[in-house]
Amino acid sequence: MAATFHGVGATVAALSSSSSSSSSSSSSSSSSPSNSFGSKILLSSPSRSFSVRKRASFTMVRSEGSMNFDLNFKGRRAQQLIANAVATKADSSPASSSSKPGHELLLFEALREGLEEEMERDPRVCVMGEDVGHYGGSYKVTKGLATKFGDLRVLDTPIAENSFTGMGIGAAMTGLRPVVEGMNMGFLLLAFNQISNNCGMLHYTSGGQFTIPIVIRGPGGVGRQLGAEHSQRLESYFQSIPGIQMVACSTPYNAKGLMKAAIRSENPVILFEHVLLYNLKERIPDEDYICNLEEAEMVRPGEHVTILTYSRMRYHVMQAAKTLVNKGYDPGVIDIRSLKPFDLYTIGNSVKKTHRVLIVEECMRTGGIGASLIAAITENFDDYLDAPIMCLSSQDVPTPYAGTLEEWTVVQPAQIVAAVEQLCQ
Amino acid sequence: MSLSHHHLNTNILPTLSATIPTPFPLVFSAPIVSFLSFISYSPLSLPSSPPIFSPFPSSLPTRKKMATAFSPSKFAAQPFPLNTTSQNNPLTIPTTASPFLGSTRKLIRLSSSSNLNIRRRSGTVVAVSDVVKENKSKSTLNLLITKEEGLELYEDMVLGRAFEDMCAQMYYRGKMFGFVHLYNGQEAISTGFIKLLKQQDSVVSTYRDHVHALSKGVSARAVMSELFGKTTGCCRGQGGSMHMFSREHNVLGGFAFIGEGIPVATGAAFTSKYKREVLKEADCDHVTLAFFGDGTCNNGQFFECLNMAALWKLPIVFVVENNLWAIGMSHLRATSDPQIYKKGPAFGMPGVHVDGMDVLKVREVAKEAIGRARRGEGPTLVECETYRFRGHSLADPDELRDPAEKAHYAARDPITALKKYLIENSLASEADLKAIDKKIDEVVEEAVEFADESPVPPRSQLLENVFADPKGFGIGPDGQYRCEDPKFTEGTAQV
Repeated sequence: MAATFHGVGATVAALSSSSSSSSSSSSSSSSSPSNSFGSKILLSSPSRSFSVRKRASFTMVRSEGSMNFDLNFKGRRAQQLIANAVATKADSSPASSSSKPGHELLLFEALREGLEEEMERDPRVCVMGEDVGHYGGSYKVTKGLATKFGDLRVLDTPIAENSFTGMGIGAAMTGLRPVVEGMNMGFLLLAFNQISNNCGMLHYTSGGQFTIPIVIRGPGGVGRQLGAEHSQRLESYFQSIPGIQMVACSTPYNAKGLMKAAIRSENPVILFEHVLLYNLKERIPDEDYICNLEEAEMVRPGEHVTILTYSRMRYHVMQAAKTLVNKGYDPGVIDIRSLKPFDLYTIGNSVKKTHRVLIVEECMRTGGIGASLIAAITENFDDYLDAPIMCLSSQDVPTPYAGTLEEWTVVQPAQIVAAVEQLCQ
Repeated sequence: MSLSHHHLNTNILPTLSATIPTPFPLVFSAPIVSFLSFISYSPLSLPSSPPIFSPFPSSLPTRKKMATAFSPSKFAAQPFPLNTTSQNNPLTIPTTASPFLGSTRKLIRLSSSSNLNIRRRSGTVVAVSDVVKENKSKSTLNLLITKEEGLELYEDMVLGRAFEDMCAQMYYRGKMFGFVHLYNGQEAISTGFIKLLKQQDSVVSTYRDHVHALSKGVSARAVMSELFGKTTGCCRGQGGSMHMFSREHNVLGGFAFIGEGIPVATGAAFTSKYKREVLKEADCDHVTLAFFGDGTCNNGQFFECLNMAALWKLPIVFVVENNLWAIGMSHLRATSDPQIYKKGPAFGMPGVHVDGMDVLKVREVAKEAIGRARRGEGPTLVECETYRFRGHSLADPDELRDPAEKAHYAARDPITALKKYLIENSLASEADLKAIDKKIDEVVEEAVEFADESPVPPRSQLLENVFADPKGFGIGPDGQYRCEDPKFTEGTAQV
C-alpha cells in the first residue's frame, strides 16, 4: 500500500478537504506551519499571510524590469524582503513554482541542507559514518559535503559502529559537535553499548562536567521488503535511556528543522528518519528556522478523536483521515515528533477537547513508543478520557520479506479508519 | 609460561595508507632507532597479509618466506640503518617525520657496535633494560632522570599507593560501597606515562581509575569525596569509584564496561587532530592516553579503535596494563596469542612491550610514544607487564592466583625499585624520601577528613545533570517546560 507521497500533487490531494480548517490556524502561527500540507495550499494564494510572515523573496526585480531568478538558495536566504501581494504578482515568472516563496526539495535534501547550514555556521560540526563522505551517504543525505568540507569533517568510517559512535562521543566531550550516521538505524544496535552507557550517561556520571552534543541519526522503520534486520524500529529500544532525546522527522520541513535543532542542542539527540520518506517533496522556507525538539506538531486539529502518530504512520493516518472526513468524522492528528520526551501539552490540549485517543505507530506492540504514550496519557489525562486509549502498532513479528506479510505487519489506513469508528461509538 | 624475561620487543610497520589516495599525508618513517626500528617496503608490493615480525626467532617464518612476502626480494626483516633507507625502495617516499629525539642518540651507538648481533636475529630486539644498564655503566652522569623528576615520580607513586591503601581501609569501615578496584602494584604505569603529559592532554581509563585521576592532577580530596559519595566529589558523588571525571584535568573517565573507554579516547584524539587540521589551531598537539587491561585486548572495541587510530594517525597511545588476570581469568587462558604488543603492527602501528614494574623504563617508552603522537606520526600500542598486588576489587577474595607469582611481583614493587634507584644514584636521600612519605600520608588523611565532613548530595541534585540542556525533560501537561519547576530536580515530576 503506497504510503509515500511523491510530488506536491498527491499531498495536496490528500488534504484538500482539510485546507479550510488548517488555514485559519496557520496564518496566526508565527513559527512552523501548523499544517505542512496545508501550507502548500496556502502558498498558492498570495493574499494569505505574506505580510504576516517574513519570507525571503527569491526574485529580484531589476531596474529594467527583467526577472532575475537567483536560484542559489543560500543567496536567497540572505535577502529578507517582505514582499507584498502586488509585487509578487508582478513577478510572474516562466516557472510557475517560482512565484511562491521558499524552495521545493525532497526530504533527504532538506536534511542535507540543514546539515550543510549547520556545518557552515559552526566549524565544530562534523559528520561521521559509513559511506558518508565519498559515497555521499547511502541515502544521499551527505552528498557533496565531503567535497565541500573535506574528508576529516565528513569522515568515512570503517564498519565499526560501536567504536565510531564512541569516537563521536569522545569527540563531543572534547569540544566537537559530531553527527553520527547509522547507515540503517538497525546497525546502531551494535552501538547500543556506547549510546546507552556513554551517550546517555556521561553527562550525569561526570557530575555535569562534560556535555555530549552529539546527534545520532539514520533511517529506520519498515521499508519495501528489506527484510527483518533492515526494518527495525529502534525508538522503542532507546526510549528508556536516560539522558538522551529522541525525535522523529516526517516532512522535509520538520526534517530540516529538527536536524538543525538537534545539532544546536547541547543534549545528545537521536534523530529517527524513515527509509520510505526520503523522497517526499515539499516547499520549505528559505530563511533559517528550527523546529523545537520537544514540541509536537499539530497536523490537523479535530474534534472527535486525537490521533497521535509519528514518522511514516503520519501519512497512513492522513490517508485514513481523508476517508474519515468523508464519513463525517473530524479527526485531530498530532505528529508527536518528540519521542522522548513527550510533548504532553499539545497532546493534553487535544485530549481535553476530544476525549478520545488513538495512537498509530510503527513500533512493535510490546514496549513501543505507544505503550509509553498510553502510560503517560493515562497518568496525566485520565479524567478527560471517555474511552480507553487505543493503540495501533505493528505486529510483534520480525518483519517478513514477503510483500503481503510485510503489508500486514504495519498499520494500514483501513485499520485506522476502523479503529476511529470503533472509538467514536 | 614465565614472563620473567622483560626485554623490549618491538615491531613496527610504517603506517601507509598508500594504495588509496587520501588527503592525509603519507608518512614514511625512515630513521632508525635501535629499539624502535622501521621496515620499509614499496607500497606497490603491499603483501596481502601483513608481514609477521616476531621477536622470538623460534617462531619466526623463514627468511625466504618473508622475502617473498614482499617484492623486491632483497628485503629482509632487518633494521635499516639511517642512510640506506631509500636504496631498496623503488619508490622514494619523502620522509616527513623527524627522528626520535633524546634517547636516540644514546641508543644508536649501542646498535652500531653490535650490528652483527642484530643481523643474525631476524627481529629487532633490544632490551631497554640492557640499554639502561649500558647507559648507567657508561657514565654516572647519564641518568634517565634528574633529582626533581625522581622525587616527582616517587611522590606520585607513593600517593597512588597510600591512597589505594586508604581506600581499602575506608571500604572495610563502611565509608564507601560498591565495586572498588585498587591499583596497588601498577603505579609505575600511571606515573610513568601521565607525568609526561600536559594539562590539556587527555587520559581515559577503566574502572581502576583512582590513580590515573590522581596522577593527572585531580586532588586527593576530590577523589576521596567522590568515593564516599559526597557532593564535593569530582563528579558530585554521581560517578563513584568507576567513573572519575575531571574537565579541568582532562580525565575523560572512568568506565565500568571494559573497552568502552577506548573509543572515547579515540574520539578525544580525533578532536585533537580536527582542531589542528580543520579548525587550524596549528599548535594543538594534545595527546590522549587510553589505559586498559589485558582482558580488554580481546574485545572488539580495542581492535576497531586500533584500526581507526592507525588509519587516521590519531595522536593517541594505547597503554595495555597487562596484569595477567581479568578477575579470575588468566590472560593465558583467554587469549590465543598472549603477546599483546604484536597486535599493534597488525594494524600498522608500533607495538612495544615494556616492564611495567619499572617506572623509568615505562617513562622512556612513554616519552617516545607520546612524542610520536605529538608529532602527528600516529598511535602506538604499549604493553606494560605489571601486576596488581590486591584482588580484582575489594570484593575479590583473590584465591586463584599463585602465591609464588604474587611473591615474585611483590619483590619487584615499583616504589621500592625507584627508591633503590634514587638512593643508589645519589639522587635523593632516605630522609628526602621519608619526608615525602610523611607528606603523602598527611595528604591522604586530610582527604579522608575532608570527605568525611563533606555533605551528602541533597535530593535536589537527583535530576540536575541528566541533561546539559534541561529542556530535554520536555513540556509538561501545563505547557511549561518541566525544568522550569524548581522542585523538578528532586524527581517528583514524571518524565
